[in-house]
Amino acid sequence: MTDVRVAGVGLTSFGSHPGRTGRDLFAEAALRAFEDGDVDKSDVEELNYGNFMGALAEHQGHQAPLMAEAAGVRCPATRYESACASAGVAVREAVRTVAAGDADVVLAGGMERMTNLPTDEVTEGLAIAADDLFEVRAGVTFPGAYALMANAYFDAYGGGREDLAHVASKNHANAVPNEYAQYRREVSVDEAMDAPPVAEPLHLYDACPITDGASALVLVSAEYAERHGLDAPVAVTGTGQGTDRMALGDREHLARTPAADDAAAAAYADAGIDAGAVDVAEVHDCFTIAEVLALESLGLFEPGEGISAAREGITTADGDLPVNLSGGLKAKGHPVGATGGSQIAELTRLLRGDHPNSERVPDADVGVAHNAGGTVASAVVHVLEVAE
Amino acid sequence: MSDDGAADDGTAPTDRDHAEWLDALADGDGFAIVCPDGHGSLPPRRVCPDCGSPDLSREPLDETGTVETYSVVHVPSPRFADDAPYATAVADFGPTRLTGIVRGGDASDDPPSVGIGDAVTVDVGERETDGERLVVFRPVTSAGDD
Ligand SMILES: [Zn+2]
Repeated sequence: MTDVRVAGVGLTSFGSHPGRTGRDLFAEAALRAFEDGDVDKSDVEELNYGNFMGALAEHQGHQAPLMAEAAGVRCPATRYESACASAGVAVREAVRTVAAGDADVVLAGGMERMTNLPTDEVTEGLAIAADDLFEVRAGVTFPGAYALMANAYFDAYGGGREDLAHVASKNHANAVPNEYAQYRREVSVDEAMDAPPVAEPLHLYDACPITDGASALVLVSAEYAERHGLDAPVAVTGTGQGTDRMALGDREHLARTPAADDAAAAAYADAGIDAGAVDVAEVHDCFTIAEVLALESLGLFEPGEGISAAREGITTADGDLPVNLSGGLKAKGHPVGATGGSQIAELTRLLRGDHPNSERVPDADVGVAHNAGGTVASAVVHVLEVAE
Repeated sequence: MSDDGAADDGTAPTDRDHAEWLDALADGDGFAIVCPDGHGSLPPRRVCPDCGSPDLSREPLDETGTVETYSVVHVPSPRFADDAPYATAVADFGPTRLTGIVRGGDASDDPPSVGIGDAVTVDVGERETDGERLVVFRPVTSAGDD
């Protein structure tokens, strides 16, 4: 197996980019990644691109060739779709391609354009990641599905809205110094508690915003990095993916996410580590309860114990295990098809020491990224390590 | 209210299996697809999604289900614009769980109060927004209701 390095990362700012096309957003991220990695884009052998709802949002299918053009690369280009895990699976296939020795340089990432649609159409668009016949037609929205999981969690393990408000407050605080974040402002626990309900028990600050944005990573073999004298100290040492029954009601447990358990187990085995080695994590907090479920699936907390991690200060920036130092989906933003790439870009910056929050984890060597699709019918986990 | 030409009204043909299942549910004959190991699922199925068995049969749902989780949805999709706020729940009906909207017996606009562990029956109702059929749970009120 070839050692896979993150040579360069590129992000657009996350937020509202009125009037900007998806192709322009992805081009910005990709060109920034080439510049960051000092990689010649003519060396790119594949483009793996994540996007979820471009057919609805931009009336544009078949986006991969378009994004190859926009990035100025000419190579096999494929769009990956796994709802909110679209970029996660795109990156995973790029990692596997380089690890297998099939390519030395792969561009991977994603883009989503969402703010050009009215909120109710975004709600409708996101709901199509659930089972249309048995969930969406029964009134399940995207926040509604996570609300069902939250109430099931409270019933099974205890905890409540205030615990979730601490997750929101933590991630908003982390986003303040992040130049790419959509909401760079603090939100107090009280403010989160007093916000209007979206789908009870989830209120406005339990939910991630609607976001435009793009992410790009240049993944290279260690041999390529050495040959070209690249400074690429962070390696992707583990990748794993899991799948569960599509509908929440068909899951073994309504307050657990076995697809992420499976993805984490595979990624840890691939990297040859266990959860105890993890120093820092970026997890898929599309809703505050999702961060709790992620921490438990990653083995960082036992089932039923993740709920109090933020309130007790374990996962805050100055805690023992900082989680979502980027601000997370919650405050940094969630351009659905770009998120999985963005998490790895942020983790790379944190481990390299050039993230505004790197000073919070000066000794971190091992990071984990958790990206989920739908109500975690799909999950992708990556392990990143400082290799040199 | 079953064989009234639902398949001819222009709404059913795209999802025939689902329309037939809703018809059965409306008739009080709601069913799950069950394999020899007892795994239940919802139609259409050619194999059991849990174990892959092709040896499937239709088994009746329990008459009464138990609410396992619920949420009152305030921000709906456009198809539920006139229905919100409404309570969505997942309830266990024996061979399988169902997901549906909880409605009370009265015509109030407020979603009925519902809790985990509550008993519900299942029926087919109409979406207020556009009349599309949907799975409806009704709370079972005990005699001497308080
Ligand atoms: Zn079975």
